[in-house]
Amino acid sequence: MQFPKELKYTKDHEWAKIQNQNVTVGITEHAQSALGDIVFVDLPKPGRVLKQGEVFGVVESIKAVSELYAPVAGKILEVNAGLVDEPAKLNQDPHGTGWILKMESPDAASHEALLSAEEYQKLVESL
Amino acid sequence: MTMKTPLYDEHRALGGRMIDFGGWELPVQYEGIAAEHHACRTTAAIFDVSHMGEFWVEGSGAEAFLDFAVTNAVSKTVPGQAQYTVMCLESGGIVDDLIIYRRDATRFLVVVNASNIEKDFQHLQKVLSIYESAATDRKGTVQLDNISNRYAQLALQGPRAREILAQLYPEIEDLKTFRFLEKSEGKAVPTVLARTGYTGEDGFEIYLDPSLAVQVWRSILETGSPLGLKPAGLGARDTLRLESRYPLYGQELSETIHPLEAGLSWVVKFEKSDFLGKGSLLKIKEKGLARKLVGFELVDPGIARHGYAVCQDTLTNEVGEVTSGTQSPTLGKAIGLAYVPLALASTGSDLKIRVRERLLNARVIETPFYKRTA
Repeated sequence: MQFPKELKYTKDHEWAKIQNQNVTVGITEHAQSALGDIVFVDLPKPGRVLKQGEVFGVVESIKAVSELYAPVAGKILEVNAGLVDEPAKLNQDPHGTGWILKMESPDAASHEALLSAEEYQKLVESL
Repeated sequence: MTMKTPLYDEHRALGGRMIDFGGWELPVQYEGIAAEHHACRTTAAIFDVSHMGEFWVEGSGAEAFLDFAVTNAVSKTVPGQAQYTVMCLESGGIVDDLIIYRRDATRFLVVVNASNIEKDFQHLQKVLSIYESAATDRKGTVQLDNISNRYAQLALQGPRAREILAQLYPEIEDLKTFRFLEKSEGKAVPTVLARTGYTGEDGFEIYLDPSLAVQVWRSILETGSPLGLKPAGLGARDTLRLESRYPLYGQELSETIHPLEAGLSWVVKFEKSDFLGKGSLLKIKEKGLARKLVGFELVDPGIARHGYAVCQDTLTNEVGEVTSGTQSPTLGKAIGLAYVPLALASTGSDLKIRVRERLLNARVIETPFYKRTA
């Protein structure tokens, strides 16, 4: 199981890659593994403004439905539209080509609450 | 309390993801539901279904008793034959669906759903007392035993199941569909090899003494793996049975659902002199059905799952309910089963299904969704 150091995490198993105000968002390797074969994603439209922790979409595996929560506050700049046709990318490369959103998030305070790779790994191992 | 099957350690060693299933710790998947599903459709898959319940019914009155307790005609079966049926309450509501294996003129193995073992056994005991108190003089004796703990069960399913099993049990080579044979392996119970299943593929269900389970499981894996056989969990079992439109108790079937609306009138034999629920079912049949179980595919993107509402035209006017739904691994589209009013039940009818406060368009299609060729 991978927990890339350069990413921040939520307890709901999203990751956020923070580059100043630009934040890329996805689900963690643990999340995709727990869900199993992902077969459907429901994504928001660019332009929408999200509060931290707000539900912005859904991923569904054969067996389960899981909501997606915004790891930080901000505006959606881009969604990974390729996931609609190839939801399996979320299983194959959750930290890379399986990214979900790119956001503009100037609210640095909302970044503070995120978990480090080490903290998140501990959380996963305690499950 | 969670119970473990004799294969628990095997599942763990194979990387099975264990879940609680009605009190049993069973694997929902090993490698992944889709991979296991495809293995079953193209080669073979092996499932641990030891949680299923087994009753033994024996005596000169066993056949007549079972014919009274269930809706199908047990008396029409011959030794070595298996029969699918349901048993109903007086109201016609379904207590369970089951398979009855006739061993000979007076002995039957009755296989029931794991979640219903206690309920079914109590129900059958009650039915037995009704049967025994009925005013007829040719009842005979009936002995009813719950032998669920004495049998483990494996399901070996898929187009190459026969070839694989024949290497362990050559005697199954010529076994026909819905037939079984018994083999003594020196244990308390004989091994039952049945050409039955719940996947829509050719295949076998193997009832065996729990002490034999690990050995036979491993032999099947060893023989089948080079061909592409995979161990498969409850997840694939569910997608496979749904594609083949096999009902699942607790979803398509319940005590408030009768077999006629569930599409099971083919196992209800009204020509039998009597059976529990016959009066109610006859009335329902004469009056006509109010709703029916139909298969649907989603037209809009999404998945409609168990419990989601079928609506008339707005989010609030519910007219039916989805009983099962998934993304079909074989067909690559979202399918499901739902109870809908008769007016919406014909093939091609448009349905609206409420998914997270939105209405998705669906269409009634022919079932089974998947049918194997040859």
